[in-house]
Amino acid sequence: MPVTTLVSYSVQRVEVMDVDGEVDASLMPALSPERITALYEVMVLTRVFDERMLKLQRQGRLGTFARVAGQEGAHVGAAFALADEDWMVPAFREAGAFLLRGMKMENFLQYWGGDERGNVFPEGVRMLPASIPVGTHMLHAAGLGWAMKKKGERSAVLTVFGEGATSEGDFSEAMNFAAVFQCPVVFFCQNNQWAISVPYHKQSQACTVAQKALGYGMPGTQVDGNDVFAVYKTVSDALENARNGGGPALIEAHTYRVTDHTTADDARRYREDAEVEEWRERDPIERLSRYMKKNGLLDDAGETAVREGAVAKVVEAVTAFELMEPPPPEEVFAHVFAEITPPLAEQRDRLLRRLEGRE
Amino acid sequence: MARLNMVEAIDQALRQEMDRDDTVIVLGEDVGRDGGVFRVTDGLYERFGEDRVMDTPLAESGIVGFAIGMAIGGFKPVAEIQFSGFVYPAYDQLLSHAARFRTRTRGQRTVPMVVRMPYGGGIRALEHHSESMEAIFAHIPGLKVVIPADPYEAKGLLTSAIRDPDPVVFFEPARVYRAIKMDVPEEQYTLPIGEARVVREGADLTLIAWGAHVRTIKEAAERLAADKRCDVEVIDIRTIAPFDAATVVASVKKTGRAIIVHEAPQSGGFGAEISAQIMERAVLHLEAPVKRVAGFDTIPPLSKLEDLYQPSVDLVVDEVIATMEF
Repeated sequence: MPVTTLVSYSVQRVEVMDVDGEVDASLMPALSPERITALYEVMVLTRVFDERMLKLQRQGRLGTFARVAGQEGAHVGAAFALADEDWMVPAFREAGAFLLRGMKMENFLQYWGGDERGNVFPEGVRMLPASIPVGTHMLHAAGLGWAMKKKGERSAVLTVFGEGATSEGDFSEAMNFAAVFQCPVVFFCQNNQWAISVPYHKQSQACTVAQKALGYGMPGTQVDGNDVFAVYKTVSDALENARNGGGPALIEAHTYRVTDHTTADDARRYREDAEVEEWRERDPIERLSRYMKKNGLLDDAGETAVREGAVAKVVEAVTAFELMEPPPPEEVFAHVFAEITPPLAEQRDRLLRRLEGRE
Repeated sequence: MARLNMVEAIDQALRQEMDRDDTVIVLGEDVGRDGGVFRVTDGLYERFGEDRVMDTPLAESGIVGFAIGMAIGGFKPVAEIQFSGFVYPAYDQLLSHAARFRTRTRGQRTVPMVVRMPYGGGIRALEHHSESMEAIFAHIPGLKVVIPADPYEAKGLLTSAIRDPDPVVFFEPARVYRAIKMDVPEEQYTLPIGEARVVREGADLTLIAWGAHVRTIKEAAERLAADKRCDVEVIDIRTIAPFDAATVVASVKKTGRAIIVHEAPQSGGFGAEISAQIMERAVLHLEAPVKRVAGFDTIPPLSKLEDLYQPSVDLVVDEVIATMEF
């Protein structure tokens, strides 16, 4: 009775560009200079926007939100690989992807400023709003992927989540459903090492998130999440494979949350500054800018111009956001059901009468 | 017109609606080749194939969460949860996502979906197969909760639920599944969601129930009439969310007395909501306190003691007499 090995696995890590901006030409994705410049501009815009949102929050002009600084390489790089007809199903730390996909910045601020109307995407933008419950939205991506496939569309779904979400049961169910029904879904994990105060090694004893794919019968790959070319290339390949009927894939972007978890968090309570500093050295925007400078796509003046352009856009959006009227009271009831039910109509009317001072 | 039991009526409703609308997809555990453990989806797999009658992995949250994605993607999933006792992993998907998408996207992304499941006791089942937890679903804003009492209602209400633009939880009383046969029209028809039905008119007291216990209160009313004790009005709520307060209140204003009967645990059960609505809208018409005849606030006992837990015709008759004599 021999003992045989039924399955063995290896997990690959993809790196295209090092910290100095040097790339491996054999792995470099085919991106025109214009596309690289566009990618850089979105990443810078995301950073500037994130910094400005923090200021607004500290001034009491915006509610709690999750910062993205330092993770632009991961989520912007992934979203940059999407075609217009693809869907994106995000978690809540993907501000850059929202901007890239066509969400207006002032609407993004509107949602995080406490007005659901900011969740409405421009017509034709295939994206779901942020999902605050951790790890439950990937199932929607699986179902959406199934729907696209059933309709005969040549499109795929990108769903994004953190490494903490991989501990949730719905992560497992989503991966399994997507694999069983061969849904065109790319599961993209931003493994930023920290789920609020819990480090990765306390979240999981698996060496990588990527290897979890094996248990569901799909490929899993780790990429350097601060290397935007590696992220773009790996996600592009996985999306294309999914669109071609190749089924789902899991991609782990190995990155780091250099900021607090949200504006309500203080990360100094549970981790060392030295660790954070080490990761700041690997900043995805700096790395891309070094590559671009070496390759004649950017100079110091251009770098300043991109940043100033981003600041101007953000200032304009913040102004538009602050001019928005709050939603009228009846909005509370307006979209619970397609057609308001009698109990809701009664509750609405009672509120409106009270506000008019008639009750 | 054929005489159908509830299982056959639901099966027919699904088949006809799938014929009419090819975006309707049935999914769940064992719903395909096996036709469902209660045979509710019998014959659908053969007729529509595995793409429209999907045997899913054994994962309730997965079924409902996946169905949400299907719905947003333009389909009308009808998900079966094999027993309502196993729906709780999916409760999060219903509460946190299905019920909220319309509100949080101002109507841009919606979840037209039905989640069907057998519920309730009285069938000598094993543990986790007798619960009646409809109230915790009715408590979720953005969900509709529909509970048919007989085969005719099951077909019409399910057809409406599938055509509804919002998520509907559809509780099927397992006790009724094969207990009664009645005339059910072969052609498609709908029954309105959000409207209660006056099953029997009466002048002295209003009995209110849903699901399997509509039959209990109907029998109680008939016995009280036969014994010339009193003339009881019987209301079948049909949909506990949205709740049709108008029908109940109009009845109680006429009769002056009300008893709500349900097998769910009394405290926090939907009877409490109905009682409160009556108090808010008809208190000056009341001749006696509104009463609840309900399950105990206990785990439903297994079969040996189950009958003590379920509201019985005898108990309802006694409570009606006590209320009349108040």
